[in-house]
Parts: sequence; C-alpha cells; structure tokens
Amino acid sequence: MVSAVFHTPRPLESGHAASAPAAHAHAPTAPAAQAANLARSPQGLRWDVSAWPPQVVPPLLGLLLLIGLWHLAASGGEGQFPTPGATWSAALELFADPFFVNGPSDVGIGWQVLSSLERVGLGFGLAALVGIPLGFLIGRSVFAGRMCAPLISLFKPVSPLAWLPIGLLVFQGTEAAAIWTIFICSIWPMIINTAVGVQRVPQDYLNVARVLNLSEWTILTQILLPAVLPYVLTGVRLAVGTAWLVIVAAEMLTGGVGIGFWIWDEWNNLNITNIIVAIFVIGLVGLLLEWALVSIARAFTFEEVKS
Amino acid sequence: MNDSSYILIEGVAQRFKTQRGEFEALRQIDLRIAKGEFVTLIGHSGCGKSTLLNLIAGLTTPTSGLLLCAGREIAGPGPERAVVFQNHSLLPWLTCFENVHLGVKRVFGAGSRSAGAKSENKADLAARTHAALELVGLSHAAQRRPGEISGGMKQRVGIARALAMEPKVLLLDEPFGALDALTRAKLQDELLEIVARTHSTVVMVTHDVDEAVLLSDRIVMLTNGPSATIGEVLTVPLARPRQRVALADHPTYLQCRKEVLDFLYTRQTHVHKEAA
Repeated sequence: MVSAVFHTPRPLESGHAASAPAAHAHAPTAPAAQAANLARSPQGLRWDVSAWPPQVVPPLLGLLLLIGLWHLAASGGEGQFPTPGATWSAALELFADPFFVNGPSDVGIGWQVLSSLERVGLGFGLAALVGIPLGFLIGRSVFAGRMCAPLISLFKPVSPLAWLPIGLLVFQGTEAAAIWTIFICSIWPMIINTAVGVQRVPQDYLNVARVLNLSEWTILTQILLPAVLPYVLTGVRLAVGTAWLVIVAAEMLTGGVGIGFWIWDEWNNLNITNIIVAIFVIGLVGLLLEWALVSIARAFTFEEVKS
Repeated sequence: MNDSSYILIEGVAQRFKTQRGEFEALRQIDLRIAKGEFVTLIGHSGCGKSTLLNLIAGLTTPTSGLLLCAGREIAGPGPERAVVFQNHSLLPWLTCFENVHLGVKRVFGAGSRSAGAKSENKADLAARTHAALELVGLSHAAQRRPGEISGGMKQRVGIARALAMEPKVLLLDEPFGALDALTRAKLQDELLEIVARTHSTVVMVTHDVDEAVLLSDRIVMLTNGPSATIGEVLTVPLARPRQRVALADHPTYLQCRKEVLDFLYTRQTHVHKEAA
C-alpha cells in the first residue's frame, strides 16, 4: 500500500527461499524431550501429562501445533514458503554474528533491532516528558481537562503514520520523522492514563491532605505521584506496546537501519525466511518490553491502591 | 465566645444537588460544644451525622447557617480540627512514622502556618512523631507500612496522626466501625485514657449505642434523614474515669443506654428497615 511509493516488490521467484529441506531434522527435538519425560513417569509406558506444570503444557502444545501446521503448509506448497526448519537455520545464521557492520546500511540483525529500539526509546521518552505532566494538568484542572478533551478525542484515532509526512516536512529528516511518529503514538495513552489516575486518587487521601493543610508541593510528591504511579505505568506499558507496533511500519517508510526497513529490504531480496525470523524477533522483543514494564508496575503498585 | 460554646453551630442546613433534584441532608442544626467536652453524634445510617462532622471539619461548607470554632468561623479544614477517618486513610506508600510525621512537619516544622510559633528542628519533630506513636502503643511498628499491620493498628496510627498535631478539636468519624468487637473495646479504652490526659474536645460519629454511652459527656441523637436534625440531646452523668466492666450493670449507664435505644429503635425506626 503506502510503502509501494518507495519500493516496488519484484514478482516471486520460486525455489529461492525454501532451499534447506535437510533442516527438518531439527523438528523432532521436542518429541525427544517428551520421550525422556515419558521414561521417568511412574506408569512407565503412559504419558504422564498430569505431572507437568499445567501452565506449561497448553502453551507448548500451541507452539507445536503452529510449527506442525506451518510445516505441513510449507512443504505441501510449491516451495515458495520456507519451512520451520529452513527458518530455524536462517535464524541460526543471522544470530551467529548479529553485530557485523559491512557498510552504512548492511549491518547485523542485532544492530537493526537496537536502532529500532533507540528510536522507540527517544520518541517514547519525549512523549513521557510531555504526556505525563500534561496528564497531571488535565486530571487536576477541570478547565484544562475540558480544553484538551476534544483535541485528544479528535487526534487519538488518527494512525500515527499519518503524522509521518508532517514530521518529514517539519524536521527535514527521516530519523527525526520516525521519532516524531513514535512520539505521537505513545503520547495518547500516557496523557489519558495519567489524567484518569489523577482523577481517581481516593478522595480520602485528598481529605487527609486538606485536614493536614499540606502544601501543593507535598500533595504532589507525597500523595498524587505515588497514587497515580500505577496508572502512569499502565499508560507507559500501552505506549511502549503501540510504539513497538508502529516503529516497524514507520521504518518501512523512512528506510535506514532498523528492523522495519530490514524486513522490507529482505522482501525486496525475496528472503522470506529472514522476514519470518524478523517477525519472531519483533514479537520476542515486544514480549520482553511488556514483561519488563509489568514487573516495574508490579513493584510500584500498593495493595490498597489496587482495590 | 466562652468555654461553654467552644464549637458553635447555628441554624446549619446542608443541601446537595443530585440528579433527582435537591436533597436536603441536614436542616436547622443548633449545637454548642464546650471546651474539653466529649460529644457523640448518633443516628441511623444515612441520617447525615458524617455530613455534620465534615461541616465541623471544614471539609464541606454549609448551604446556610454558621459554624464557629474558638470564636472563629470554620472556613476550611485545618490541623486545629484533626479528623480520624472511618477507613483510617493512611497513605499506603509511607511508613507509620512517615504518615504521622506528615502532619507534624506541617504544624510544627519550618514554614508552618501557626503564626508566631517558633519552628522546631528535625529532632524535635521526630520526637513528637515518636511520642504520638507511643501514645497509641505503636512505637514498635513505626517503620512498618499500613499494608503490613492489622486494622486496629491502622486506626491507632490514624489517631496518632490526629493527636500529634495537638488539635484543639478531635473529630472522629466512626473510627472503630470496621474493627472486631474486642479490638474496638481496647481502642475505646485507649481513647478514654488519651482524652483524659490531653483534655481534648472530641466530636465523634458512631452508630454503636454502648460506645456512645461509655465515651461521651453528651449524646446528640439525630432524626432520620432526609432533612435530619437534632432529635434529642442526652447528658451522660457518669463520673470519669469510666470502667467498662464496672459500668456494665450500673443503673445510670443502663438508663442512658435505654434512652438512646428507645430514641433509635422506637421513635426513629422506619428508615432502619430500609438501611438494613
């Protein structure tokens, strides 16, 4: 669609991608591990699934099912779509040296991911610097809230990519434009969640502040900030999730080093295995980001705030 | 102003705007509370006793009428009228010490608003905080957070926070309502002791008849809402210090108890059925 402005995909050439049927040998590793478990089970010849932790079996089953179906579909076709085995060996190859540099844009997958993360970090950090204080203002002042509500409602549903050309125009550079796009997409959840958090600070705490006659500064640091922090962190989590979604698309449009453009580049080279590897890498990085932020949020949420 | 009307409430009414039109919570409240007096407000749920307490605290302003404390109009909340909230309202991210210290620092520390008062240094402020926690028997829990202590302990921290500010008036909003009977009795006894020592003026909201009779000098009974007002005021002529066990079959105690029960369950009974 939009990306076609920059790159015209060449027609598919068969046989290029699925070149490693020998890699099927990797697939039976999981059943082998199960067999080891089988030997240890008390019944001897029966699969003692009940001895496995219940949170392990279904996810494992899901993954195996995906790989199985994928394998069937890929080997049944004309060989255009890479099999799980081929993808695995491509991944091994890519991650054998993820940080090579062969030129300004020909760098290892590690650098591609890190460049994308850097853009996300910058855009997202700037959004936090603007969005969180703005959220506080909107939550604390009815006037500011009413002033900003229609603007937020208007701009929030707009795809952040629509802002990319504006970024290109204003900042005269693709790098800044990508960061700008991330800024736009991450600012909404942070503003909204912070404002909601401020509005939901228990009235009891504010009554305490009034009875103790606390100064505005003490109210902010001792009551508002700790009470709102869990909400802010929810906003941060949503923002990082969206930013990580958007960066791939933004980079496809802006080019340069980054996982998004790398995918597009691999498409132009018809290197489908690498694209699939990239999809898994993007998913994994997103998962790690989410996990890290959930851990932080949990550490800063007090029992009595949750209820 | 004199000591017999330290808190003066005259012709106070409180109306709230709701979606179904205006709601009159209180009407024509007239009450004088003497310095050092212990007064309880009692009535059925929804009769506006907490509304009246909030008015004295200055957390809300009356629709009409006048409230004075020590001869000055109550224009807003302040540390001279400390409130112990029903649900303790401790800040969960601060330790017990820090929760109490918050108010102490504001009242006695640098930049305090009490005009002319010399501000105290850090050690003095910490000593005050510790003294307040000791008063409620919680010195050992000073560094624990509210989430780590029992409900009774939390309520004691709430009382310590209020007392540490050396308020002119102590306002208690059903302070022991959420506690089990044994803890409640223990805290009532502690409160009696503390009030005897500090000679505080206390206004307390409760729906517990025994609590009201045991603690109060006077019991203010409110009629059922809406448009609640003072139905009756009972003076409790029991000498202090009062002993819970000795009073259990004391004729005056039983008489007072009967009068309050009679007011609540014979004359003001109808709303009770709805509220239950």
